[in-house]
Amino acid sequence: MTVTVMGADVRAALADLVLSMADDEFVIGFSDSEWTGIAPILEEDVAISSIAQDELGHARALYELLAGLLEDGRDADAIAYDREPEAYRHARLLDQGRGDWAVTMARRFLYDTADAARLEVIGDGWAPLAELIAKIRREERYHVMHMTLWAERFARAGGEARSRFVAALEDLALDAPSVLATSPDEAALLGAGVLTRPMAKAAAAWRSEVNRILGPLGIRLNLVTDAAPRTRSEPSADFRWLWGEFTSVRRSEVGATW
Amino acid sequence: MVTSLRPGTPAHAGTAPDEAAVRAVLRTVADPEIPSVSIVDLGMVERVDVGPGGIEVELLPTFIGCPAQELIRDAVMDALRPLGLPLTVALTFRVPWTSERITETGRKQLAGAGFAPPAEPGEVRCPYCGSAKVAMDSAFGPTQCRSLFYCRACRQPFEAFKPV
Repeated sequence: MTVTVMGADVRAALADLVLSMADDEFVIGFSDSEWTGIAPILEEDVAISSIAQDELGHARALYELLAGLLEDGRDADAIAYDREPEAYRHARLLDQGRGDWAVTMARRFLYDTADAARLEVIGDGWAPLAELIAKIRREERYHVMHMTLWAERFARAGGEARSRFVAALEDLALDAPSVLATSPDEAALLGAGVLTRPMAKAAAAWRSEVNRILGPLGIRLNLVTDAAPRTRSEPSADFRWLWGEFTSVRRSEVGATW
Repeated sequence: MVTSLRPGTPAHAGTAPDEAAVRAVLRTVADPEIPSVSIVDLGMVERVDVGPGGIEVELLPTFIGCPAQELIRDAVMDALRPLGLPLTVALTFRVPWTSERITETGRKQLAGAGFAPPAEPGEVRCPYCGSAKVAMDSAFGPTQCRSLFYCRACRQPFEAFKPV
């Protein structure tokens, strides 16, 4: 379906989906990039930086799609940087700060597995999104692989490494399902083929994937099925701090090209 | 700095360029992070059209967030400008770039530069000694498209292209 033949309801729902995905990738990408230079080991410094760079690239491509969809005069940078903190649509899970290394890894593990489940239910209802997602999936595969390795590494290490990782997972478990929360206008997206299955199906697939990985490691995580709305009504202090960081250059000289 | 593999005036300058001439010029442009392989052999050139409106080129970024994209597009513009036609150079995700798009020549050039061509982890061979006794240290290397490996036979660390 092309944008011109889409009904206004589909278009609005599509814009909301693309913005949610873009904000998720942007927020976790920027947040994780804070580890560049200070990650626990050199190889992991390179890896987390590369993963963050992937996410920021995905965010940019999604914001560009959105700019074309909205046609409200804003370009990708304006959408990414020129909003107040309250207007960001990132999931509750990503409203949490990066914390220590165990928290960052637990957050990435939960996000990457959830994001993979979300990418699986995006259909070809809007070709530009479907084409981009086909490309994104090929890159995200490496993130899930890497996070699975970290989950195994922490769990098998035992002691403090395991207990801190498990504690971080448990702390984040309540907010993790927010990535796959059902949006109020999901029916429009299903009708237009932008989604092939309801987000609740993606959430079920995600829960079984998380259990498939963590179960053999002896970790049981309670992931609720009735997720709270995707976003908080008030962003956290962690996110407000991050917003201050990622908008600081843009705000320092309005209208400049960097 | 974008590397030009074969700098100089293209052979077809002066006559009306055709698609082959444009592709020949594109063979002189390389990804700045992999200077030994042209963007044609990397499989980044999806479409070349030469028509009354000028030259249209569609490029496929290897990785979505690759910071070299704009540099490569500018290098393509610079390389094609001497042909004297209006230029449209676009980056697109319409078709996903995959590592299978790298040509046989490209794979040899990668190996020659010390990069193992893309292969699933079990199939990677050391680009220096050819041994299969290699181990992946990390899926993530110094650029988005490369992983870190170590060869147990010749005790040499090396980078391998990620299969995507």
